[in-house]
Amino acid sequence: MINSIRGRNLLTLNELSDTAILEVLDTAELFVEVNQRTIKKVPALKGRVVASLFFEESTRTRLSFETAAKRLSADVLSLAVASSSVKKGESLRDTIATIDALGIDAVVMRHQSSGAAHQVGGYVPHVRVINAGDGLHQHPTQGLLDVFTVRQVLAERAHAKGSETGKELFTGLRVLIVGDIRHSRVARSDIAAYTALGAEVRVAAPGTLLPASLEEWSVRVVDDFDEALEWADVVGVLRLQRERGTGSFVPSLAEFTETFGLTSERARRLRPHSIIMHPGPMNRGVEIDSAVADSPAAVIERQVSNGVPIRMAALYLTVTGTPEEKTS
Amino acid sequence: MMYVLRQGQIVGPSSTRVADVLVRDGRISDVAERISAPAGALEIDAEDCWVGPGLVDLHTHLREPGREAAETIESGARAGAIGGYCALVAMPNTEPALDNVALVSYVLDKGARTPLDIAVAGAITQGREGRHLAPLAEMAALGVRLFTDDGIGVQDPSLMRRALDYARPLGVRLAQHCEDESLAAGGSMNEGVVSSRLGLVGRPALAEELMVLRDIELVRLTRGAVHFLHLSTARSIQMVVAARLEGLDVTCEVAPHHFTLDERACAGFDAQFKVHPPLRTATDVAALREALRAGLVDAVATDHAPHSPELKDRAFDEAPAGVLGLEHAAALTYEALGATKSNPVRFFEVLSRGPARVARLRAADHHPRHSAHGGDLVKGEVANVTIFDPRIAWTASRDELHSRARNTPYDGRDLTGRVTTTIAKGRLVVHEGKLV
Amino acid sequence: MDAHASSSSRRRDAFVPRSLLLSEDDVRRAVRRMAHEVVERVRDTESLVVLGLQTGGVGFGELLAASLIDITSAEVCHGTLDVSFYRDDAAQRPFVASAVSRVPVDLNDRLVLLVDDVLFTGRTIRSALNALGDFGRPRAVQLAVMVDRGHRELPIRPDYVGKNLPTSLSEEIIATTECGWIGTRDDS
Repeated sequence: MINSIRGRNLLTLNELSDTAILEVLDTAELFVEVNQRTIKKVPALKGRVVASLFFEESTRTRLSFETAAKRLSADVLSLAVASSSVKKGESLRDTIATIDALGIDAVVMRHQSSGAAHQVGGYVPHVRVINAGDGLHQHPTQGLLDVFTVRQVLAERAHAKGSETGKELFTGLRVLIVGDIRHSRVARSDIAAYTALGAEVRVAAPGTLLPASLEEWSVRVVDDFDEALEWADVVGVLRLQRERGTGSFVPSLAEFTETFGLTSERARRLRPHSIIMHPGPMNRGVEIDSAVADSPAAVIERQVSNGVPIRMAALYLTVTGTPEEKTS
Repeated sequence: MMYVLRQGQIVGPSSTRVADVLVRDGRISDVAERISAPAGALEIDAEDCWVGPGLVDLHTHLREPGREAAETIESGARAGAIGGYCALVAMPNTEPALDNVALVSYVLDKGARTPLDIAVAGAITQGREGRHLAPLAEMAALGVRLFTDDGIGVQDPSLMRRALDYARPLGVRLAQHCEDESLAAGGSMNEGVVSSRLGLVGRPALAEELMVLRDIELVRLTRGAVHFLHLSTARSIQMVVAARLEGLDVTCEVAPHHFTLDERACAGFDAQFKVHPPLRTATDVAALREALRAGLVDAVATDHAPHSPELKDRAFDEAPAGVLGLEHAAALTYEALGATKSNPVRFFEVLSRGPARVARLRAADHHPRHSAHGGDLVKGEVANVTIFDPRIAWTASRDELHSRARNTPYDGRDLTGRVTTTIAKGRLVVHEGKLV
Repeated sequence: MDAHASSSSRRRDAFVPRSLLLSEDDVRRAVRRMAHEVVERVRDTESLVVLGLQTGGVGFGELLAASLIDITSAEVCHGTLDVSFYRDDAAQRPFVASAVSRVPVDLNDRLVLLVDDVLFTGRTIRSALNALGDFGRPRAVQLAVMVDRGHRELPIRPDYVGKNLPTSLSEEIIATTECGWIGTRDDS
């Protein structure tokens, strides 16, 4: 396990210990304060260059990362893949080599293939690579901002500072993740983060949208989604990835909504303190009802705003730190 | 040119003995306890080495015509010679596919100019598209004895049945790449624990096993003959073994990567470990090794699949499947057979005698184009001899390959045992581990 | 806090104390004296903002603010300032993730009193001056330190000093609101 992401690549949450995750959360707390200032900028990465390479377009995540980099005073190189040489058949290795030749300190990358960020890490060992989502594999900063948001909400309720609570608020916390687990890199990162911090995770999905094997995942599949809603402290609703052909895994969107959508009617089963989350962008009316998404229990906008401090923390720690030894 | 192979362990079909071998004018001229070297003969020290029939690979992708950047018939033959091979069966998934007499002749003619015997497996269907039968009879007349659409299996059961019915009277064997494409679609590694964690779409073991099961039943129905290519799961092997016990004409091969590497090798997303069928579980790897030691498989076949570096450099799900095999297969087989405990008879059975039987390259097969392979070292035969020194410890390296391609999954792996000498078609091709 | 505990314990482990510089009483007396000097020099303490530097200056900042409140019988604005993200040597320093900046007011036209435990090279103060710029434009900035140990690498001078202490570079100083120690760093 890795106990700190300082000076390392952030490719997956699977290999991070609770200590490493908490360090990111606690650092992000500091950046929350920076983001509340009139001048929302610190010179921590002044003179550093962060390249943002989105081989798969995601305006939200790209903006969030680029805002984070700019608030750390880094210079941002943004490669618009749609109009770039990648479309002309340039290989990933050549694209990275070209960007690297401009002199960069970090690469934030999104790619449609699982493992692409790992490969880039191998091409440019002197550059820090932050995975902004690779295929169906991982989306580490989303997982981190989700646990950060949960801790923030729970700490506020306990009138405590998040950083003072460490991971104690996660002990025994009941997390239910529902929807397209199979095709979700968010689910993979979320499950890793929650379980590392000591939460109990269960998943609910149609049989076709569960991964081929849940061994090694430390999660349980719930038998009854409605009952599980009464059990959960946190409900993470996943986006139904229609663009990944998820449509053919369920008979119809209507049936999916009927059986696994967080409808208003179903949401009434939730306990009063339960938190509802969604990584966005939402398919309103498919996996979540508009009324539920806009209800006080939903912290979806807070997830978005926490994206910036979490990504600032990820950039700051990976770029400025020197790596510590791994422990087993 | 004359060669005397001194004091090697001569590996026969059931036992070994220490003897000298004299090769004169390209043929085995004498095998005896002690031979005095005629003047001008090159003496090759084979003490403590295994001397056996030249290795035969049932499954080599030579990429010519069409993808010469990755391999040519000539470069593939060189890599084969280094690996101890005297005969290779060239797979037909070239561009265009080897599905007619002209293309088969082209490869046979080019092969004849290499130091090895290059046999050809023809395509079962035109263009390997799985729709219409290719002219099997015409190709059989040229000496083609195996037919396959390898790279993909014949998906349509009625077409496969027809192919078996058509092939039976021709006396040729169909070789099947067993993977049901509708189950394996879009997958790039074994479906299971590791693929689920890595977010890679899986190719389930069932995709292979279902086609093995189907083809066994088609053989039962048609009384045809099928060779199962690169079986990778424990259940596949079990089914073929059971079918053979029932008297069905089925043979099978396993590939070195399937009995030395498991699915966990994919964890670093390095496409050097991407292959179809995919690397399976550790349990499957153990079962394959067990089957190999127990003599349940007919052949170790390399599925040598060269790819140019820029293709293997792509993301895991986008990169082509396939690994190199010819240059490391002997050492990996030695390792799988138990290293110092391995039985030299079994070693030459799976690397030479078995594959020569399946490819019909033995003396009794009277092949019209190629010299005899996989037999005993007997007087008068064209010399196809491999010397394997089980004592040599070495490290596989991507930078020391004779293939044009570099896509070995074994870079940096410590190996034991190495081919020191290859005498193919009567000529010394590899001497002291180097091409002559 | 785990991260806090581990990094500070790492520092303590390496520190080998040699002799006591300041007792708790010494600290209280010095802070009291500095507070009087501040009142004397600043006069309009309503515009004063006392900022303790994370992490060593926070305790002294609070102590100093308390003394000022005591002396002036009026509220004195105080908070904390974290300069981690402004350092030019961030990578080499232990980083305390719980050290947050808490600047309670807009600093425009205020008089800022920075408070730290030990003044050494001056780099922390330089970072703090940079950080202040992001919270407004103070009328003036002053500096109070518990111990000035010399060896400045920048043109920075404290306005209020608890104790001047010439040291050698091989020595370490630790000053808390309870006591001050001089010692050496154990590199083993």
